[in-house]
Amino acid sequence: MQPFTTVTGPGVVLDRDNIDTDQLIPARFMKRSRTEGYGDQLLRDLRFDEDGEPDPAFPLNRLAEPPVLMVAGKNFGCGSSREAAVYALVDHGIRVVVAASFADIFRGNAGKNGLLTIALGDAERARLVRFVERERASAELGRLTIDLETQTIAGEGLETIEFDIDAGLKRRLLLGLDELSETLEDEPMITAFETRHFAERPWVVPANR
Amino acid sequence: MRQTIVDKIWAAHEILAREGSSLLFVDRHLLHEGSHHAFDKIGAAGRKVRHPELTFGVADHYAPSSELRANAASATMIERLSANTARHGIGSFGLGDARRGIVHVAMPEQGLTLPGLVIVCGDSHTATHGAFGAFAFGIGASEVAHVLATQALWQKKPPAMRITVTGELPFGTTAKDLALHIIGRIGTGGATGHAVEYAGAAISALSMEGRMTLCNMTIEMGARSGIVPPDETTFAWLRGRPMAPKGAAFDRAVQSWKALRSDAGADYAREVVIDAGEVAPMVTWGTSPEQVAPVTGAVPEPAAGGDAEALDYMGLSGGESLSEIPIDRGFIGSCTNGRYSDLLAAARVLAGRRLAVPLLVSPGSSEVARQAEESGIAAIFRAAGAEWGMSGCSLCVGMNGDRVQAGERCASTSNRNFRGRQGPGARTHLMSPAMVAAAALSGRIADVRAMELAALPEAAESFEAARAGS
Repeated sequence: MQPFTTVTGPGVVLDRDNIDTDQLIPARFMKRSRTEGYGDQLLRDLRFDEDGEPDPAFPLNRLAEPPVLMVAGKNFGCGSSREAAVYALVDHGIRVVVAASFADIFRGNAGKNGLLTIALGDAERARLVRFVERERASAELGRLTIDLETQTIAGEGLETIEFDIDAGLKRRLLLGLDELSETLEDEPMITAFETRHFAERPWVVPANR
Repeated sequence: MRQTIVDKIWAAHEILAREGSSLLFVDRHLLHEGSHHAFDKIGAAGRKVRHPELTFGVADHYAPSSELRANAASATMIERLSANTARHGIGSFGLGDARRGIVHVAMPEQGLTLPGLVIVCGDSHTATHGAFGAFAFGIGASEVAHVLATQALWQKKPPAMRITVTGELPFGTTAKDLALHIIGRIGTGGATGHAVEYAGAAISALSMEGRMTLCNMTIEMGARSGIVPPDETTFAWLRGRPMAPKGAAFDRAVQSWKALRSDAGADYAREVVIDAGEVAPMVTWGTSPEQVAPVTGAVPEPAAGGDAEALDYMGLSGGESLSEIPIDRGFIGSCTNGRYSDLLAAARVLAGRRLAVPLLVSPGSSEVARQAEESGIAAIFRAAGAEWGMSGCSLCVGMNGDRVQAGERCASTSNRNFRGRQGPGARTHLMSPAMVAAAALSGRIADVRAMELAALPEAAESFEAARAGS
């Protein structure tokens, strides 16, 4: 996993609630392998019409430079557990999603792929939205700097926003650590647990396999 | 400390705790075609599957419901699952296997879902298995890889939420209506991150199939999991299932499972009480399951919460009566409502009648299809003019060849009315199987309570009597 320390770039606002993973990556595009990339299919049916023409009004289509941060409303990433929703965002260049709230499984998937999810209260989220919208209206895109070590979002003319993050996740993101390799170091404890568990609950191993 | 049922299952599966998270042992790991990313991950690192005997695969998401709509790309996904599971010695139900079906229908049917287990699957509707008193939840591909390699998963303990449903579900309503009613009440974020426990007389009265429908839809409230503590209904349903424990081993397991209930006075971060008597047949009008109303109601005006974007997508205006909305097709199936009792409820409405619009039925499993053929209800669907398809996720998720065309309106027993879920531009109205049957007969959304039910053929009634008594 790519370590996350500091990221700088423009933002984009998708100011709606319940952006589900079927919208982030429609199911019909999920046959690809990871190496083929998912970025071009991000929000496919919102960005393009039935003939594959981009909708000029859609926020992601109006930017000259791909954004690093997306701001959305409530319950971001709800629905299907498909991790491809995170792949689509990350492959599109988005490293941070700020929302009023996140769906549980999406948030877990994000952390395992170096995508930082930040839940903000209404007032701070509104300030960030105003910043991105104002900068977009000006000739040059304003840049945001997201610093994980200090847990801040900064930008010129933006009152710095602080955010919370789980300590374990922060450590893994900063170092780009893979949870699985860490767990394998605890393998003896898993083995010890299993011996006890199977003895106490023989039905755990199915009959007649 | 007084414990909830989830606290008890958690404690029995905690290998170690660190940084506020627990490494939980996983008793059942269920796979479908979407597992290819996870197999690639462990393959690249040269890792083995730690417990193939606790891991089961099934082809469902890409399984075609008709040979006519089968395609090469989907077939590749199914072959990939077969190859990956075979390489690692994992049992898998591929096309043609009599045990095959939608993962959340077929695995319980085979007796793989048991009380007190920790069950995970790379699918959000894994919450379904909580109907048996298991702690079951959906995970992503990285977590699937983690479980394949370690048979364990890091989790933060979710806060507990109890939804107590008092009273009795009225005539013409089902577990699906109850689920939609609850989601309408608390919203799609109403249980975010919580482990939901169901309680109350209306829950005890539900069949196992009804409990599965309810726990299945719990993810649509944002919950991590939904659970119904096991009782005699659970034990009776499990006895004799192919892979459940047998004889004295089963009896010993039941003795242990009886302890799986929350202590009196256990703490819940959130409590909701629902009166089952208030539940009516429910229909969604928007693009989120919380955008729902009783069939006797109307589409809300934008000023009254009628989400203008959703209404625009759905081609509806505020104030329209739900029961006036014409539909183009119907779908009965999915992990929510593809079980035998779901098909039976629809068949009671369809018997002796002809459809006004096309209806696709995809039984939740090959076993459900077999039972429906044997009892004669498959013949009722065919006589009404419905397409009797093969089992799979089918029209619930537009990725296997089944698709609703752009602008078409579908009355569906599935679980998500998201934009494009049934195909780009598709408009989905979620409802119960009997309500879909009523809509497909009328060509518009209709209140099933107003319809006269024809008697089923004797074979179907006696089959049901034997089934209920087993």
